[in-house]
Amino acid sequence: MFGYYLEMALRSLRRNRMLTALMVLAIALGIGASMTTLTVLHVLSGDPLPGRSDALYRAQVDPRDSNGYEPGKEPMEQVSWTDGMNLLRAKRADRQALMTGGSVAIQPEQLALDPFYEDARFTSADFFPMFGVPFQYGHGWSSADDDSSARVAVISSELNNKLFGGGDSTGRTLRMQDIAFRIIGVLGDWRPNPHFYDLDVKNYGENEGVYLPLSTSQDLLFGHDGSNDCWGNGGGDQYHLKNAPCVWLQFWVQLDSPAKAVAYREFLVHYSQEQKNLGRFQRPPNVRLRDLMHWLDYNMVVPDDVRLQTWLALGFLLVCLVNTVGLMLAKFMRRAGELSVRRALGASRRALFGQLLIEAGVVGLTGGIGGLLLAFLGLWLVRQQPTGYAKLAHLDPAMLLVTFLLAVGASLLAGLLPAWRACQIAPALQLKSN
Amino acid sequence: MDILPILSTLRRHKITAWLLILEIALTCAIVCNAVFLISQRLERMRIPSGVAEHELVQIQLANIGNRPDAAARAETDLAALRQIPGVQQAALTNQLPLSSGGSWNSGVKLEPQQQLDTANVVQYMGQNLLPTLGTRLIAGREFRPDEFVDYADAVAALQSGNMKGLPQTLVITQALAERLWPGRSALGRPLYFGQGIPFRVIGVIANLARPNMLEKGAEYSTVWPIRLNLTQGASYLIRCAPQDREQILKAALAKLKQLDPRRVVLEKRTWDEARYEFFQSDRAMASILVGVCVALLIVTALGIVGLASFWVSQRRRMIGVRRALGATRSNILHYFQTENFLLATVGIGLGMVLSFGINLFLMTHYELPRLPAIYFPVGALLLWLIGQLAVLGPALRAAAVPPVVATRSV
Repeated sequence: MFGYYLEMALRSLRRNRMLTALMVLAIALGIGASMTTLTVLHVLSGDPLPGRSDALYRAQVDPRDSNGYEPGKEPMEQVSWTDGMNLLRAKRADRQALMTGGSVAIQPEQLALDPFYEDARFTSADFFPMFGVPFQYGHGWSSADDDSSARVAVISSELNNKLFGGGDSTGRTLRMQDIAFRIIGVLGDWRPNPHFYDLDVKNYGENEGVYLPLSTSQDLLFGHDGSNDCWGNGGGDQYHLKNAPCVWLQFWVQLDSPAKAVAYREFLVHYSQEQKNLGRFQRPPNVRLRDLMHWLDYNMVVPDDVRLQTWLALGFLLVCLVNTVGLMLAKFMRRAGELSVRRALGASRRALFGQLLIEAGVVGLTGGIGGLLLAFLGLWLVRQQPTGYAKLAHLDPAMLLVTFLLAVGASLLAGLLPAWRACQIAPALQLKSN
Repeated sequence: MDILPILSTLRRHKITAWLLILEIALTCAIVCNAVFLISQRLERMRIPSGVAEHELVQIQLANIGNRPDAAARAETDLAALRQIPGVQQAALTNQLPLSSGGSWNSGVKLEPQQQLDTANVVQYMGQNLLPTLGTRLIAGREFRPDEFVDYADAVAALQSGNMKGLPQTLVITQALAERLWPGRSALGRPLYFGQGIPFRVIGVIANLARPNMLEKGAEYSTVWPIRLNLTQGASYLIRCAPQDREQILKAALAKLKQLDPRRVVLEKRTWDEARYEFFQSDRAMASILVGVCVALLIVTALGIVGLASFWVSQRRRMIGVRRALGATRSNILHYFQTENFLLATVGIGLGMVLSFGINLFLMTHYELPRLPAIYFPVGALLLWLIGQLAVLGPALRAAAVPPVVATRSV
């Protein structure tokens, strides 16, 4: 029966080629646009560290003076050197890392390569185990290396490919800013997106090429990159921020259970109170402890334009669907005579309904396949855009399934009303008028 | 034209008619708001920079390792750059108007004891910056050479609390002056930064846009008499004739490399390129919106064509009868045109309400202004026009139906 209905549907669709093409095209355009924007939205609002993000928290305290204080205002997003080091040394979390961005001149040994600047991350030992960073060769540094400001470096696999042809470079020397560092680790494939741990440097895109102990970078006066937010009289350039009233470091902690998170929050309040008693802080304790996904939400990391484009595409899909429903309805109603004859000859309403739905389904499926192709084209276009997230715009299996379901669902929805209406026709009336 | 028979026909195709109305309404609402968004983007892209746009070239270099002699080298570099034939001015600057990347900003106060900042301003610094940028002075004066302070000295002064080591004077934009002292002259007035450190306004320039964060006041800019060097991330800025830019960029790079080969070039571009890059996402968004509008209008128009064709072929007999009873071709033509006009009018009416609603949503979520009233009549005209154009073909076909059809059985 299904085969027969399918053949009938194809016959009917072939009768009005232009109209069929119009319906298929409308569905394909609507689905293509929606899937492109939904995929971009899905990729951009994804979890950078699946399985780990629940236990990772960004800690915030408010070290500012009382000038401009308003109760209920958010504390500063980053921490100062003093607070960062205090919290790091307190070791009250399961793991903790203090970090900032930077940029270092790399001086390759090969004469063929000119010196170049590479984005760097200055951080502390727990960065690697806490974020679950995979290593291709070697390992991260220890907290003893942090304490002794060791001249050690971890590099990304891209940089390793560029400098050492992808071989095991651990133990080799890397000259940066005229200073020799020993490579102790090469990262594996690690590209968490969004760039959650420091959104001021960038929201999306490639990770840093070089990782150095924060203490080493400060001893050697490596300038920092990223946001630097000061209060009071401010002061301090990017090389001398240790004593300036400025926040410029990101502090992340790992807390393995909700109870520990509650306890850590208390600790932050106690710490703030203690600093206030010492006269360093002037405001009442004002702390935040957001987990990774809430941190991304709070920072509104998904660009407004992407959300707007998604709304726009869904609106477009709606118009395309209404258009298709209208055309399909007109088409089915025009066949009232044919349908009435079939009813009079004994076909049940149900059978006619099924047959018309199959016809609608064929249109939807073809439109869906067209939409999928358009979505691939759309995502290719997105990847040509000069934005940081451009390279991430790929269709993953989950979104592929969503596309498929959306296409079939949309077309069935579009077929349902016309098919139902066409089945309501009273056969006698139609037959008489003919 | 009598519309009653049309209404009675439409009543027999209620669902189809309502679907067409709904489609027109949605298209009207989306297109109105999309065009408004496009106009917002275009307006943003037209913002005046206040600088000699087509005459500027930027070169950013970074040292390898720490350089204690960076300040002296900066002066040598600038002197050498000025000697290149065709170079009119050369400066160092911490940032450029309308360019992506970071920016240096600060809160500013009108009273030393004030709790909250009056405005957030951007801080331009660098030796010889104003003459090189080509800003237009409209009151007061530009900086004298003796007013300049080295950036490192200013930082040291701040940290030691010795305010004498800081610069004393500022140049601000007219927009900022108007924001701080509406209707009064800004010259000689004090402005307070940090914990009430005073600076005196000595000059007002017509325009100078921020590098970014335009939402904080696109023209709230201050210029400081502070000397920079490469270690602070400063760029060389060169002014020359527009046609010389490419050649001067090459010559300047060669000269800087010759003076000190141990430096890495981080940026080399004309200011026009920087501006083009800065507005790239606005341009992309505007073209996406244009594409969606065009696609929507085409889909809607084709939908109208499709439905009208159906109705025409469905009513062939009726048309034939009417023709046989004396209706002229133009009667039939007008019938379908009027029918479309009626449907479009109801759709547009609904669409106006809907576009107002969408605009309210955008206003709360995307900080967009209210949709100007002019969009409503223009949008209505556009949709009427498209509806009439789309229905013309099917209506002409209907008018061509011969009266003899009435006498034939189906």
